[in-house]
Amino acid sequence: MTTQNKKGTRRAFAAAYPSWFYLPAAVIFGILFLFPTFASLFFSLTRWTLFKYSFIGLDNFRQFFSEPFLVWGLINTLIYAVVTSGSKVVLGMLLGILLTSNVMMRGLLRAIVFFPVLVSTIGVGITFTMLMHPTNGLINDVIAVLGVKGPAWLTDPRFALLSVAFVDVWKGVGLATVIYIAGIVSIPAEYYEAAKMDGANALQRFWNVTLPLARPATVTVIILSLIGGLRSFDLIWAMTKGGPGFTTDVVASVIYKQYQAGFYGLSTAGNVVLFVLVAAIVVPLSFFLNRREVEA
Amino acid sequence: MTYEISRRLLVAAAAGSALALSFATPAFAEVKLTFLVDNAAATVTASEALAAAFHAKNPDISVEVESRPGGGEGDNIVKTRLATGEMTDVFMYNTGSLFHALNPQQNMLDLTDESYQSDIMDTFKSVVSENGRIYGAPFRTTMGGGVLYNKKIYAELGLKVPKTWAEFMQNNAIIKEKTKAAPVIQTFKDTWTSQLFFLGDFYNVLQAVPTFPEDFTANKAKFATTPAAIKGFEHQEEVFKAGFLNEDFGSASYDDGLRMVSTGEGVHYPMLTFAIGNLFETYKENLDDVGFFALPGDDAANNGLTVWVGEGIYGYAQTEHPDEAKKFMAFVASKEGCDVQTKAIGALGPYMTKSCTLPDDVPSPTKDLVSYFAEGAKNAPALEFLSPVKGPALEQITVEIGSGIRSPIDGAKLYDEDVRKQALQLDLPGWE
Repeated sequence: MTTQNKKGTRRAFAAAYPSWFYLPAAVIFGILFLFPTFASLFFSLTRWTLFKYSFIGLDNFRQFFSEPFLVWGLINTLIYAVVTSGSKVVLGMLLGILLTSNVMMRGLLRAIVFFPVLVSTIGVGITFTMLMHPTNGLINDVIAVLGVKGPAWLTDPRFALLSVAFVDVWKGVGLATVIYIAGIVSIPAEYYEAAKMDGANALQRFWNVTLPLARPATVTVIILSLIGGLRSFDLIWAMTKGGPGFTTDVVASVIYKQYQAGFYGLSTAGNVVLFVLVAAIVVPLSFFLNRREVEA
Repeated sequence: MTYEISRRLLVAAAAGSALALSFATPAFAEVKLTFLVDNAAATVTASEALAAAFHAKNPDISVEVESRPGGGEGDNIVKTRLATGEMTDVFMYNTGSLFHALNPQQNMLDLTDESYQSDIMDTFKSVVSENGRIYGAPFRTTMGGGVLYNKKIYAELGLKVPKTWAEFMQNNAIIKEKTKAAPVIQTFKDTWTSQLFFLGDFYNVLQAVPTFPEDFTANKAKFATTPAAIKGFEHQEEVFKAGFLNEDFGSASYDDGLRMVSTGEGVHYPMLTFAIGNLFETYKENLDDVGFFALPGDDAANNGLTVWVGEGIYGYAQTEHPDEAKKFMAFVASKEGCDVQTKAIGALGPYMTKSCTLPDDVPSPTKDLVSYFAEGAKNAPALEFLSPVKGPALEQITVEIGSGIRSPIDGAKLYDEDVRKQALQLDLPGWE
């Protein structure tokens, strides 16, 4: 014991910990993250059946970009990400303001808003698929009471993607709200008092105090929900499987279907493309939003 | 010092438990096989009946049935388990084009020299063979791809089974006019069900262009440029445009389809006849109201059925019990195996084992199906048994055509693209 202690003290002069302390973490990181990343970069350049592979250079990427459904998938991904992210920002902020004010049963309401976040996405997807059934779903039954015939929410190509986006917002807005609550609560009360002294009404206080000072919360919500929207897959798969036909396909579901079909090299190339796409959108956006924050 | 001791103790404890585990396994004398099948109720029932009957005959071997999803998800599971060395001893899988994608020579037990092969029909052997070696044994029956129809409504309206597409459309018009039932049932929630108008029309394609399968495999014939081959797509669009579909065609499921055709909520359901097994399980009391006919083409004199060879069962090449696995497969392929299946899920169609027979009181749709195999009747295998190329996106394309989202010619072009990927993946000559 004593010898070990001595050793430790001597080392402390060079570095706080012996460097092999890093080893367990490095091994886990290497096996679970680095190796698959480089392996997938390699396999994205091959035609791969899981049993054997042949090197084909950039052919997979050429094929991936000439996929007729991929163009649709890209457009849908962007629509989906922007719609869900935008709605979560607006609704999350409104709910955040409501739930930081002195409403009745505030604790209960906060819990209710957050509850959908805790439910399994697949469960939510299946439930809403039932509710949105065109002829015996609850939603259209309710609309029918008003004398209007509801549309086929999930099977009419005009509505399908937006219907899924709606469910995504319903499920995800709780998280955005919690982030906004934290952001709004941390705004010092003095600003509001000062604004009131200057005669600002509620709307002006929101516009000139809450909105700019809750900016870090807005940035977090935008980035989290945009990344979530761009790589969204589980809800879409549970509700429409990309259908009808290819109309609600997003990049992730196109990749998944190629994987299902056994085109392993091609789907790996798709994953590389998705990685680059998310990085290309989110990194500059995050840089831009955070820089503005510092200037402000 | 304490540090040293505790580590030694740990190692000893770990080694001890590992030893205990390794001694525990061979203590059971009985060999246990696992048998992976798809999770359709009829498949599971038949497989469990086979496992029980086999165990009764061979008390030292027990078979455990494990189920997996069907369709694309199931393909994925089978491929992944083969690639990771986690496959069960015996597994069920498609024959024909999908079979070739599993790399049989590397992954499956060679069954060429099994004694029962002389009792198996050549049609079956040809779709589970690669380079002259046989890898599969027949499981379940041959199927037809055509139309399940409600005979009660046919009788009420005095309709006749159509022999041409025009007669079929005429019947639909009469049904729409005189009843509340949907003339044609489509169930796009289960996307695979949308392919039948197209795949089931292949008998008619083959009559018009007999060389299509070879030319198609060699990249010389395309769907988009072969008018006879896209008739299936056009038919699908026609029934949609005429308003013959059930109102909820986009969200109805396969089970809904079976309910509709057996209870008369709908009249025509384009389907594979393995559905008779599910009807037998769930709608037994209505089973005799259901009949079956082949998808009609243009020529009444040349009406025939597109046939799907039944599934195969395969032994995993790296199984620890190859002899027991082969024994089980021999049992499934025997007359005894056929009889166990017939008893469990009813008689669904002709078996691929020559000595197997069907009972006299087969359900009504099976009777219709069997008539297409009688002397002088006409049938031809589906394209997937004549060519290894089948595009994976077909079911999405047929959903789009069947819902009026995409035109038939557009769909055919898209499918030709899709097929190219599969051909490249299989490394077929003539494609690049």
